[in-house]
Amino acid sequence: MSVDIKIVEEPKQPMTMNPKKFGMWLFMVTVFMVFAALSSAYIVRRAEGNWSYFELPALFWVNTVVILISSITLQWAYVSAKRDNLESVKIATIITAILGIGFMVGQYFAWADLVTNSIHLVGNPSGSFVYIISGLHGAHVLGGVIYLLILLSATQKGLVHSKSLNRIEMCATYWHFLGGLWLYLFLFLLLYR
Amino acid sequence: MATTATHHDIHHDTHADEHEHHEGNFWTNYIFSQDHKVIAKQFLITGIFWALLGGILSVIFRLQLGFPDASLEWLRPVLGGWITPDGKLNQEFYLALVTMHGTIMVFFVLTAGLSGTFSNFLIPLQIGARDMASGFLNMLSYWFFFTSSVIMFISLFISTGPAGGGWTIYPPLSALPQAISGSGLGMTMWLVAMALFIVSSLLGGINYITTIINMRTRGMSFTKMPLTIWAFFFTAIIGLLSFPVLFAAALLLIFDRSFGTSFYLSDIYIQGQALAHEGGSAILFQHLFWFLGHPEVYIVLLPALGISSEIIATNSRKPIFGYKAMIGSMLFIAILSFIVWAHHMFVTGMNPFLGSIFMLLTLIIAVPSAVKIFNYVTTLWRGNIRFTPGMLFSIGLVSFFLTGGITGIFLGNSAIDIQLHDTYFVVAHFHLVMGSASFFGMMAGVYHWFPKMFGRMMDHRLGAIHFWITFVGVYLVFFPLHYIGIAGFPRRYYSFTNFAFSSGFADLNMLVSVAAILTLAAQFIFLFNFFYSMFRGKLAPANPWNSNTLEWTTPRNPQHGNWPGEIPAVYRWPYDYSKPGAKEDFIPQNVPYSETPESNLPHENDQIKLESSGDSGSIVIGPKH
Repeated sequence: MSVDIKIVEEPKQPMTMNPKKFGMWLFMVTVFMVFAALSSAYIVRRAEGNWSYFELPALFWVNTVVILISSITLQWAYVSAKRDNLESVKIATIITAILGIGFMVGQYFAWADLVTNSIHLVGNPSGSFVYIISGLHGAHVLGGVIYLLILLSATQKGLVHSKSLNRIEMCATYWHFLGGLWLYLFLFLLLYR
Repeated sequence: MATTATHHDIHHDTHADEHEHHEGNFWTNYIFSQDHKVIAKQFLITGIFWALLGGILSVIFRLQLGFPDASLEWLRPVLGGWITPDGKLNQEFYLALVTMHGTIMVFFVLTAGLSGTFSNFLIPLQIGARDMASGFLNMLSYWFFFTSSVIMFISLFISTGPAGGGWTIYPPLSALPQAISGSGLGMTMWLVAMALFIVSSLLGGINYITTIINMRTRGMSFTKMPLTIWAFFFTAIIGLLSFPVLFAAALLLIFDRSFGTSFYLSDIYIQGQALAHEGGSAILFQHLFWFLGHPEVYIVLLPALGISSEIIATNSRKPIFGYKAMIGSMLFIAILSFIVWAHHMFVTGMNPFLGSIFMLLTLIIAVPSAVKIFNYVTTLWRGNIRFTPGMLFSIGLVSFFLTGGITGIFLGNSAIDIQLHDTYFVVAHFHLVMGSASFFGMMAGVYHWFPKMFGRMMDHRLGAIHFWITFVGVYLVFFPLHYIGIAGFPRRYYSFTNFAFSSGFADLNMLVSVAAILTLAAQFIFLFNFFYSMFRGKLAPANPWNSNTLEWTTPRNPQHGNWPGEIPAVYRWPYDYSKPGAKEDFIPQNVPYSETPESNLPHENDQIKLESSGDSGSIVIGPKH
């Protein structure tokens, strides 16, 4: 009893972190929970049988590489911002955004592959799940790309530099999260077919 | 609308009293305000509106259940076509009434109205912050809720009626518009409204957690936080983890309804026609739904428990008994709430072994719940109890939590559940333990913090009358329902007149309905008291209840920013009531130990040196011993 009181009694500022960054982490928790729900729904439904098996489109592999590279380029932007190299920040952010858009286009063509394989949104839930999971993830990537464009305009206005890294840190956190999320979802779909 | 008009008036009133200059215009101050206190009042007023509507809906279907032969022709001016030509309630509309009553009460009143009001109001005031972490997101949270409310409200008036598949919206009933009229447009609007509601809850929850962790004033360590804040903290975390799951469930349902997928649908014939849906699982929806649905019970209940902890300690003039045990039990309840969902599904054909595991986990919840009740009672024990309306409602909460909780032990048992599942016994159980207990917590909070919200006191006598009628009324409504449930009355049936066994219970059903009407009528005493006191109530002193927490150190009508000067620092826990040797029977959190040498314990005297370090000119009092 007396031990912990001694430690905490002095009226000092409690330990805190930037509220916006903290909020971003909490937001990522909610996004993760949506996908955790979908993947557990997938497992529960699959366990009940009547589950059609099909190959995932090969394009998913390419897209996975694309989104992982985009994480590297955004990290490059972040490191450049730390060194006040604003031109590289802009270039790297633009490349990241283009890769992000490329990822979404790739996902769209992957869907087209699924359709040629006659796996449609409507049909056995095994196929519907792939559309819903990748589609919802794509929607979040779209949000991420918009976030990148906002970051780009902030960089343009000189709001991102080595003394003001919050914006780019938060954007990078979210973007890495989206990449990691896709990696998880893809592995999940590969392992539980 | 009504909400806006009221706000306008409230604030003009405070304006006249305070003579303080407001920045911004009417719209930014009162409507699209980013001030947590205004947002809290917006949530409260909207919540009260919904509570009244939800209560009225329940009385309409109680009329049908209590007086199945009576003519409801007199309701035609209000309900129009929902009264059949022979003066009866339309049967599908009955289902819609039950559905909307549940949805409104669980989500719009006891989630948004309770958490939204008190988390917003109390978190910054009690932890010593100027406002929420993000005022803008907080404002968005309210307006998402408002939009959701508008959509849900409009759905009451469409020609096919609001959603009718029960508040749990189980498919296939909710997924097929052909099934009942309530599964048509009404269900679509329900889903849209709930999606917006989820966004609102998540924005709110993110803000509450961020604020509690990052915005506390100097000295406000976790072990000095009031239990209200702990309760809001756990509530927000539960919401953050469970609402996304409801979102996922609703998303799949939307695809089933509108895009022809088969997540939840399989092998269904309607009027001899086979539907194209193939390969879905209706049980899947139940898993997803109850993964939210059960934590939702605690999202509703924990804030009420936190509020009553604070009020009971204050009005017993005693420290809360077992402060850390209270926190621990809330944490334990929060963890358990995620691993008991399948007790809602014992009769879905689940593996009996799995059933026993979920049964065990469910029954373990009785342990932290009992700890809480024990602590409430021991806090009351030999206290100098002041029966303020807030205190009465808090004690009422403890009573409901106990009586309703005990029936949970029956229902949590997977064997007994086979008999009791889907009967009025379940209805009685959750209306007492979750519905009434949380409602009483909300009422207690309104009575207790009304002086801080509006700068005036509510009338004690009317509050006491409101309490007694509601308290007796609630027991009269829900106690008989246990018997009706054990007798085998299923929930959600329109009428029991065709079953011979039911005739012996007709009187009991009538009694329940009369009690329900009386209980609803008593709420108008509250409404009068609430709105009358807002303008004409006695002016509140700065600290009307002699309470210790920081919100009572603000001016009578705190302006944006809450404290005119520096935010007070915190030196002690919030429950120093009736401390031996102290001059008064309470010592607020912002009073340093150096000012209270007469009541300090030896280890607290040691703290004095820490307090004054770096603060030159202050007197250092050495330890007494």
